[in-house]
Amino acid sequence: MSFINVTSVGGKHIGSVSVKFRNFISSLSLFFVACSSFAADVVDTGRSDLNLRPGVTEISNQVYDLHMLMFYICVGIAVVVFGAMFYSMVVHRKSKGAKPANFHENLTVEVVWTVIPFVILIFMAVPAAYTLIDMEDASKPDMTVLVTGSQWKWNYSYRDYDVEYFSSLATQSEQINNTLPKGENYLLEVDRPLVIPTGKKVRFLITSDDVIHSWWVPDFAIKKDANPGFINEAWANVIEPGVYRGQCAELCGKDHGFMPVVVIAKEPAEFDKWIAEQEEITRTAKAEEQRLLSMNMSMDELMTQGKSVYESVCAACHMPNGEGLPGVFPALKGSKMALEDIPGHIDIIVNGSPGTSMASFAKQLTMSEIAAVVTYERNAWGNNTGDMVQAKDVNAIMNGKE
Amino acid sequence: MLNDETNKTTEQVEQSSQPAYVQQDHSKTVNKILLLVGGMFCFAFALVPLYDVFCAVTGINGKTNTEAAVYEAVDVDETRTITVDFIARTNSGMPWEFTAQTKKVDVHPGKMTEVAFYVRNPTGRDIIAQAVPSVTPGTASLYLNKTECFCFQHQPLKAGEEAIMPMVFYIDPQLPENITFFTLQYTLYDITESAQEDAVEVVMN
Amino acid sequence: MTTTTDTNNVADAHEEHGHDDHHHHAPAGLTRWLFTTNHKDIGTLYLWFAFIMFLVGGAMAMVIRAELFQPGLQIVEPHFFNQMTTVHGLIMVFGAVMPAFTGLANWLVPMMIGAPDMALPRMNNWSFWILPFAFLILLASLFMEGGGPAFGWTFYAPLSTTYSGDSTALFVFSVHIMGISSIMGAINVIVTIFNMRAPGMTYMKMPLFVWTWLITAFLLIAVMPVLAAAVTMVLTDKFFGTDFFNAAGGGDPVLFQHIFWFFGHPEVYIMILPAFGIISQIVPTFSRKKLFGYASMVYATASIALLSFIVWAHHMFTTGMPVAYEMFFMFATMLISVPTGVKVFNWVATMWRGSLSFEIPMMFAIAFIVLFTIGGLSGLMLAIVPVDFQYHDTYFVVAHFHYVLVTGAVFSIMAAVYYWLPKWTGKMFDITLAKWHFWCSLVSVNLLFFPMHFVGLAGMPRRIPDYALQFADFNKWISVGGFAFGLSQLIFLALLIKACRHQGEPVSSQVWDGAEGLEWEIPSPAPYHTFETPPVVK
Repeated sequence: MSFINVTSVGGKHIGSVSVKFRNFISSLSLFFVACSSFAADVVDTGRSDLNLRPGVTEISNQVYDLHMLMFYICVGIAVVVFGAMFYSMVVHRKSKGAKPANFHENLTVEVVWTVIPFVILIFMAVPAAYTLIDMEDASKPDMTVLVTGSQWKWNYSYRDYDVEYFSSLATQSEQINNTLPKGENYLLEVDRPLVIPTGKKVRFLITSDDVIHSWWVPDFAIKKDANPGFINEAWANVIEPGVYRGQCAELCGKDHGFMPVVVIAKEPAEFDKWIAEQEEITRTAKAEEQRLLSMNMSMDELMTQGKSVYESVCAACHMPNGEGLPGVFPALKGSKMALEDIPGHIDIIVNGSPGTSMASFAKQLTMSEIAAVVTYERNAWGNNTGDMVQAKDVNAIMNGKE
Repeated sequence: MLNDETNKTTEQVEQSSQPAYVQQDHSKTVNKILLLVGGMFCFAFALVPLYDVFCAVTGINGKTNTEAAVYEAVDVDETRTITVDFIARTNSGMPWEFTAQTKKVDVHPGKMTEVAFYVRNPTGRDIIAQAVPSVTPGTASLYLNKTECFCFQHQPLKAGEEAIMPMVFYIDPQLPENITFFTLQYTLYDITESAQEDAVEVVMN
Repeated sequence: MTTTTDTNNVADAHEEHGHDDHHHHAPAGLTRWLFTTNHKDIGTLYLWFAFIMFLVGGAMAMVIRAELFQPGLQIVEPHFFNQMTTVHGLIMVFGAVMPAFTGLANWLVPMMIGAPDMALPRMNNWSFWILPFAFLILLASLFMEGGGPAFGWTFYAPLSTTYSGDSTALFVFSVHIMGISSIMGAINVIVTIFNMRAPGMTYMKMPLFVWTWLITAFLLIAVMPVLAAAVTMVLTDKFFGTDFFNAAGGGDPVLFQHIFWFFGHPEVYIMILPAFGIISQIVPTFSRKKLFGYASMVYATASIALLSFIVWAHHMFTTGMPVAYEMFFMFATMLISVPTGVKVFNWVATMWRGSLSFEIPMMFAIAFIVLFTIGGLSGLMLAIVPVDFQYHDTYFVVAHFHYVLVTGAVFSIMAAVYYWLPKWTGKMFDITLAKWHFWCSLVSVNLLFFPMHFVGLAGMPRRIPDYALQFADFNKWISVGGFAFGLSQLIFLALLIKACRHQGEPVSSQVWDGAEGLEWEIPSPAPYHTFETPPVVK
């Protein structure tokens, strides 16, 4: 007994096939329209909404070309294979009276469609191999920068100059929390971008202070993991001056999406001027810190500066209201540390708490900033200890003279 | 697959004089598979030392030798100059001052070279440190032979103490031609807690 | 689902076996489901469990897409968002796709080879019942102080070791149990296929679904223990002071990635090979033509499985590997596309000059062929190292694996359910609902995942709860597609409930004109016990 051929019930069969076929064709055409607008759809710095960007180095352009080659080959393969299948779906239908053929193997055909893909792969692999070899030679750099990732910011240290600084997200939290409108470079802006010269081979040494991060600048086609305890390298020779934005590309905790990478490439003369200025700033900052050591700030000054430091550096984890995230980030409001233990309080900010997300902030904050933020934490949110901590107290902890 | 006819009927399957299904003993097969399962579990743990060996042989993760190398008299290759770059970092939470006294050095492969690193413990407590080296490009680590390095042991410093730590090395002349420049990074970790636990164990043994 | 035929069977059983001491009370209620050793019941349990988990994991995806609907943080905190992405992944991989394929294996493998049940029926029961337990633990961890696991389903160290919360312990325990379940299931499949084929059922006469499951089972045996070891090392690094992945103690965080992906890559083939088997069963039926190149299909599946062991580091191209190793893994990965391509060509060749009809299972199968191939092609692009540096950890990767897993594996599971449901229930399902399910799913799934290629290429990283403004438009559409896809599955739920209530037109044994195989020789619904006398296979 043959069973009910469902497809002939209600005579809907032909209609549904045509609809299905039409649907596929229209999706395909949409797809091709999208493809053809790749080249046209470029915004600003050659950035596209749909495609990789060619970028601003020779390598990044090679990578883009390789990507487009791969893409066209894949589209070609898809067109051929799906074309055959759709043709079959239209022509070899039972409802059109097609009778099934008997064949179910053919050695020649099978060999052909094993060998041809293999050959296509070779056409992909060869240019890929050449590009890869070009990318991985970081020797004879003109300049080297040590990039250190940490939760959740980057540190840039110029190996050839005495300049080092942290680079953190500059987007205001009000924009993130939707109380202020979002700026043009929302989530892709930092307080202190990395600055490098154009036309020079710049080598990036990449490592991490805690978990695995990844330093990614799409315009340079550089993405390298920052592994704690290990060092990786990458290099770029930037052709065009400009601002290039990237992001951390390895899940690193809560604010993985909030630690962007911003690199400014300047003409060599401009860069030299900038770096000289930075070195000067570093020198005066050190002198300034020494001067501040002997001074005492007033409670008002401490609270104002402390609040500002707290909100830009500490509030991400400990929350603006000091209540933290239970089980993850401890509360400071009403905590034993903030109410009682001044040396411990200073120490944990200076040295961090090993084995937790509480990093050491000795390199990121000056002694006065630490003193201010400790004072703020001990007096805000109703803590009201009345304690005032000065830069010299912080200095004492840092130098073991408590 | 059942037979060659394409016209199918839906008759009952032929229940011939075949005997009813007899329960089999599967234990041999099961045991062989369980051995495979156990083997793969052990293999995964074996991957840990295997990885170390593989890295030591190929240098893929840039780790250097963990024991002092012995200097073998080799011809110094004066025709090549290799630039070695030193990075001294303290990991977050490690309060020591740690700097490379020589930031960069040009050496000939085969020649013994000494560089020094300065450390200071500014805090009020005794701390034990471990230096973890890492080389990039990774494959260069195979050719970096350290005959003396502070990374081979734990380094203790009492409160307020400072020290100069030497590191003596030579580069194997077999270093591939295309490598002319590499970087050696030391990351200093505070391992006081875990080192003390180990020390206690040692004492108790 | 198959209660009505039990009393018939009781009589048969006594006549044929003479097992006087063997009770054949028609089991009923909770006891039946808790203690069943029947492969059909266990198959049903696995399938319902998988579907429920699919909806739970899907709900988490809805949370993710709701947050990503617009730039800015509106609905959840970043830490909770990370928990959602993590648990969504774990549930879909270990709670939906794998159990669904195991459920299909349970239902179909014995029938397809003419065996009365699986080789180890009691272990079969355990394999299933530890799963709800494992997932309860995982879901419970979300309610712990500090939240559930938030380090991605790939749980890289040291984020998962030093920098995670106490819920890591529950995560580890849960994964161990899931692993044990999979291993036991795999053992059962292998032993059944090796030892219990009906006389005349040689290896090269087995249906492709049986072949793909046999090979999948070996993959499971080989790599689930590696996952168990990886997860154990994470536990000891976190709680017992070991330093496998801790640089300070002489370990290496990248070692974790090697061990994980040595499991992880074969795992994704575990999640697709049974799908290949399903498509290889469905396409010939609705083409009324034998599968083209049966032997090549078997060899291609075996090649894919073998190759899957030597490509793991293509997930690690940005970790700082030397060029030579990147080359090796690039070439090996590209090679896998050859046997996979052969399979796609063979399906098309099966359809070619067949006599095609487009019932629901065939529509899902055709959608699979097109959309899985798109996923496969983006995978080929990802294999190319220099460009992977741009794609890695972006939405391009998310697009790729969702194409192969959702429009690939999940569509094949739906195709399988539609194909075999009438055999299981004896009734044709509601075709109108099925058509709605198919078309709504097809359109929404593409709206959901296709634009991810674009935002990934444009520079949007993975695993972020908020994004830069240039990604906003596509994310909006992706979220709309996501909600629509989620809602479409409710149509499927309605259809399944109707089917469970025995509603619909009765069907014959063969059900589908063109269906061949032992399972189509027995009545629909399939009796509670089948092939208690082995059939003769010519």
